[in-house]
Amino acid sequence: MHCPKCRGVMRTYTRNGVHIEQCDNCRGIFLDYGELEALSRLEAQHAPGWAAPAPPPPAAPVQVHHHHGAPVHHHRPHHGGMFHMLFST
Amino acid sequence: MRPDTTQPELFDRLAGIGRDHAAGPGEPKLLYDRHGVLVVRIGEIVVKAHQPDRAETDGSLERRVRIAQDLPELFLAPLAPPLHVAGRTVTVTPYGEPARPDALPWVESARLLARLHRSPVPDGAPPLGRPERVARQVSRLPGGPAADVVRRAFATLPPAAEFPHPGRLLHGDWHMGQMVRNGDGWRFIDIEDLGRGDPVWDLARPAALFTAGVLHPDDWADFLTAYRAAGGPAVPAFGTPWTVLDVPARTLVIQIAATCVISARDADRPLDPAEQAVIDTCGRISRAGDPA
Ligand SMILES: [Zn+2]
Repeated sequence: MHCPKCRGVMRTYTRNGVHIEQCDNCRGIFLDYGELEALSRLEAQHAPGWAAPAPPPPAAPVQVHHHHGAPVHHHRPHHGGMFHMLFST
Repeated sequence: MRPDTTQPELFDRLAGIGRDHAAGPGEPKLLYDRHGVLVVRIGEIVVKAHQPDRAETDGSLERRVRIAQDLPELFLAPLAPPLHVAGRTVTVTPYGEPARPDALPWVESARLLARLHRSPVPDGAPPLGRPERVARQVSRLPGGPAADVVRRAFATLPPAAEFPHPGRLLHGDWHMGQMVRNGDGWRFIDIEDLGRGDPVWDLARPAALFTAGVLHPDDWADFLTAYRAAGGPAVPAFGTPWTVLDVPARTLVIQIAATCVISARDADRPLDPAEQAVIDTCGRISRAGDPA
């Protein structure tokens, strides 16, 4: 099978039971976006062993401000030391 | 009226350059005045005097300006080759609206980084090695328990020779301060570290802040997911991204921690909770790196 965009060779991956086709050439992915996003979000939130403990998943609909008793509260907007970490070298 | 600045004469020179480019009078505004860098805005023009110790004599800044000018959909590039003013390197760039801290463009940033990393590497792109900032910051650390924690974590990093180079175009110093909006969309500014190397380093800062528990996991997931969905080549398209992100994230945790310790010491103030979280992450890095 060839890529509809660039005619490159497509490769099939299976992740958590989801079939994903990716072009070897342009890296284009052909998959329902919702499924891809769900997979990628799952992988993003795995962290190396030395990372800070993750906050537990939100119980109800996701809220903007989380206070789960994690080691650091994730404040938005950002300020103080956090602002410098995000905005400067 | 001239604002309070550590470099008043240079300020006036930059303001004059800005007025020439802005084609008209205008009140010069001081945007940045630290570490020898001076940035002045006049109307829609920004004039920057670069760090004195980074005066480049090999033409690499000129090459970086040209690369950025050739990618107008990615960069808000300097309008002309760098100037030399009073012994300083000066660039003139259009003004762009910075990212707002309460509405950070994680998704837009990720897409822009993916496009940059997928762009063909231009001839003459300066090669980038392992970022040197971390060693520089660690060497500037004072004494004290927090600094010791950072130094121990630094000792776990693999030697520079173990960093391979896939050779992609990368920003080289990406953070939210490098994102501006100018008319039709987001662009990168600050091209001083633009070059050819391993693009994973452009993801290192958000990855580090996620592992320290400072960046919210949802923001990190938005960023990484958008990067992958846009075909960003720095991480594998599927599977865990941490095989390639581990060392860059550790490196940036250590660099940010060192910067926090130095800045708290200079201001004679305690570490704030976010800064402490990054130091604590250094502690976990050393413990994970200790031979069992
Ligand atoms: Zn293709």
